[in-house]
Amino acid sequence: MSDKEVAVPPEADHAAAVAALIAPVPEIIGGAEFVQLLTPEGERVEHPEYSRYIADLTDDDLRGFYRDQVLIRRFDAEATALQRQGELGLWASLLGQEAAQVGSARAMRSQDYAFPTYREHGVAWCRGVNPLNLLGMFRGVNHGGWDPNENNFHLYTVVIGAQTLHAVGYAMGIQHDHAVGTGDPDRDAAVIAYFGDGASAQGDVNESFVYAASTNAPVVFFCQNNQWAISQPVERQTRIPLYQRARGFGFPGVRVDGNDVLAVYAVTKAAMNAARSGQGPMLIEAYTYRMGAHTTSDDPTKYRISAEVEVWKLRDPIARLKAYLTSSRKADPAFFDAVEVEADELAVTIRDGCLSMPDPELMSMFDNIYVEDHPLIEAERAGFAAYTASFEGEH
Amino acid sequence: MAVKHFNLPDPGEGLVEAEIVTWKVKVGDVVKVNDIIVEIETAKSLVELPVPYAGTVAGLFAAEGDTVEVGTPIISVDDGLGGDVAPVTGPPTGKAAGTAGTATPATSPEGIEPGATGDTTGEAAGEARVANLVGYGPRVTSGKRRARKSESLAATTTSQVNQAFSPVAAPPDSPAPPESPGPPESPAAQLVTVPVPGGGKVLSKPPVRKAAKDLGIDLSLVAGSGQGGIVTRADVEAYAAGGRATATGPSDLLANGAGSTSYAEPVFAATGERETRIPIKGVRKVTAQAMVTSAFTAPHVTEFITVDVTRMMKLVDRLRQDRELRDVKVSPLLVVAKALVIASRRHPGINAAWDEAAQEIVVKNYVNLGIAAATPRGLMVPNIKDADQMSLRQLADAMANLISTARDGKTQPADMSGGSITITNVGVFGVDSGTPILNAGEAAILCFGAVRQMPWVVKGKIKPRWVTQLGLSFDHRLVNGDLGSRFLADVAAILHDPGQALVWG
Repeated sequence: MSDKEVAVPPEADHAAAVAALIAPVPEIIGGAEFVQLLTPEGERVEHPEYSRYIADLTDDDLRGFYRDQVLIRRFDAEATALQRQGELGLWASLLGQEAAQVGSARAMRSQDYAFPTYREHGVAWCRGVNPLNLLGMFRGVNHGGWDPNENNFHLYTVVIGAQTLHAVGYAMGIQHDHAVGTGDPDRDAAVIAYFGDGASAQGDVNESFVYAASTNAPVVFFCQNNQWAISQPVERQTRIPLYQRARGFGFPGVRVDGNDVLAVYAVTKAAMNAARSGQGPMLIEAYTYRMGAHTTSDDPTKYRISAEVEVWKLRDPIARLKAYLTSSRKADPAFFDAVEVEADELAVTIRDGCLSMPDPELMSMFDNIYVEDHPLIEAERAGFAAYTASFEGEH
Repeated sequence: MAVKHFNLPDPGEGLVEAEIVTWKVKVGDVVKVNDIIVEIETAKSLVELPVPYAGTVAGLFAAEGDTVEVGTPIISVDDGLGGDVAPVTGPPTGKAAGTAGTATPATSPEGIEPGATGDTTGEAAGEARVANLVGYGPRVTSGKRRARKSESLAATTTSQVNQAFSPVAAPPDSPAPPESPGPPESPAAQLVTVPVPGGGKVLSKPPVRKAAKDLGIDLSLVAGSGQGGIVTRADVEAYAAGGRATATGPSDLLANGAGSTSYAEPVFAATGERETRIPIKGVRKVTAQAMVTSAFTAPHVTEFITVDVTRMMKLVDRLRQDRELRDVKVSPLLVVAKALVIASRRHPGINAAWDEAAQEIVVKNYVNLGIAAATPRGLMVPNIKDADQMSLRQLADAMANLISTARDGKTQPADMSGGSITITNVGVFGVDSGTPILNAGEAAILCFGAVRQMPWVVKGKIKPRWVTQLGLSFDHRLVNGDLGSRFLADVAAILHDPGQALVWG
């Protein structure tokens, strides 16, 4: 009897505790826990902790960030159009998330490894993956046509959140290779795992957090919170801001303006540095917005109001960098024009390349299943070859 | 190739058809790559399609409102470069036979579209699979499976059947392909869509054969609408009901004159149909479902009140002069909307919903005010979110915005969801009142009739006054007669004397 009274706190206390826990951060955009170095109006602001990570960026770097974002947006628009013309089965647009992807990818070193979802076209671009390769999977001519080890950019993962497990496993491998905390900048490596706000609710992601924490793995969890898990708003997925979840797993979390390429770069650079030096995992929540549909099969007008999209248009990542480059005289109109021309050329290259993509050899489906020959696969290969040969005419 | 065709792609995953909503271009327009040419509606979404070619629009092959199968050509573009000119317009007879032998761009994988080659088509073309046409470009499927080398009798038959019932020619109500749809045997395939002379092999399932026999119908006279020209039960029934021309008649496209009408005209002209059958789809279908759901789950009660609104009409006149409201439309409907909002705040139980699953009544502390609107796409009930928070000016703006959006046919699904109470303004049609059916998920709907001058007794004398009738339908599961009556009387009281709004607002 008396035990019970001790064990169960009065209901009012519980309610107050929950209320305190889930009290919304008063001002998400521009609040104290929100890392921003470039305002939506393109004004440079300082941050006590993170300003130093962009101190060594040259004007060339800044123009490069701009070029990356414009080109990847143009590529993305062309891919969307190709889907609408029946040339791709599906496309997941990155529109609005360019800064989050370019900023984080440019903070990586060549020996670092990225594990993407299926929307990291900007990361792939920065890692040097040929954008045409990204289309192959969506056109159905391959299963992701790049060698992950060539650019340290893993294949697109469509299973929501599964890549975070792969990333932690890879990071644990880095530890076993003794490539963490040696102090050698060319040897120490870290892993960055991309996922979205929707995936944050997946078991895989939470298990990854547990493993990463308990093994102190050199992995940075990079969550692009684009506010919508297909049709579910982020408020319905979490009571507390996502970055605060990291605390429960025992590693730090930070929320950054995901539409501010400088802040994303700074925060990611800091986190990757820490991971490489053996300080363990970190969660970055890049607060951004999915301007388009979840994929080309989705119609966002069914579940979200256009006023919300209008608000986020004012926070566009490319517009703010352009405003900053212009006002600080780091780029002139000739530069912006040249990037536009380059973007249009890229679009033509992408379109032509996509249309002329060869269909795969039928028998290639038996390749790359096991590293070494396997008798069962060989038998299946032979059987299938005989079957296809039984038809008249050319294949 | 000078003229290139663009086939309707699958804009989602695994969709097989879409409705043409609005053409953004017409024949003769100059287009660039990725210009938006058409808006289509699929089972999933409204989608704008960009054109893959630059040039001049040479032909549109489907009319607005048509439902088109994925893979069917919908537009052709002349790139102005000359070369082999493919026939662009015209029905698939006559010309088809002529062109099939010479220029067969549709069947040549390399002819038009450089990238795509055989194997996806081979599969897609065979029988039922036409949905996933990734990378098919402008090609039309050949409609034929490759034969096995060791041909048995059965294989031969299958092959012949597949040839004869090429899916390209089969669906009778899809817009006709603009040119020869495929292999040289396609003229034979055309026969499928017109009555086959007795003795011809007709594909049908045994129960349907039996049904036809029972009805005394010769199956060879029934045009099949199923896959590959199979005669379905619906075809037989339609034939029995005299709906023969529906199955065999021309598509809307041809009837609308986008191609020559000579192909199908005789069928129609000779018989002179006594009925027109319109497919139930799109907004009509959704409306019907919503109405049936509402009418047969919520027990409706409707009450009426006739009210002298002379003072409201005077107020409307005064408001039209008001500086604050200078550039917006002030209508009696606006005042009715305001009155409804005020009255629902006095009687929150009316602004509520029945949650069957949770076994709860949801009383809404906001008013999302729905306005039933007749739009080009059919009946829509967009709502004004948080109308109770709005000043009269804001309400007027929101209403103007809502009406113009609806009129343009651009109302989005999100604008129509989450409504809490609705007004239907039948007065604009000069009608006095009605018994409206509740917008599904809401507890009340107010019907606003015509305002007209009537003889009315004022202080013992008959005077001409502006009078209207209000009708209120409510869901008796959660709204009793007393609540419904008080609410309706309050709305009427405000319209009778708008000053009452000061007391209650």
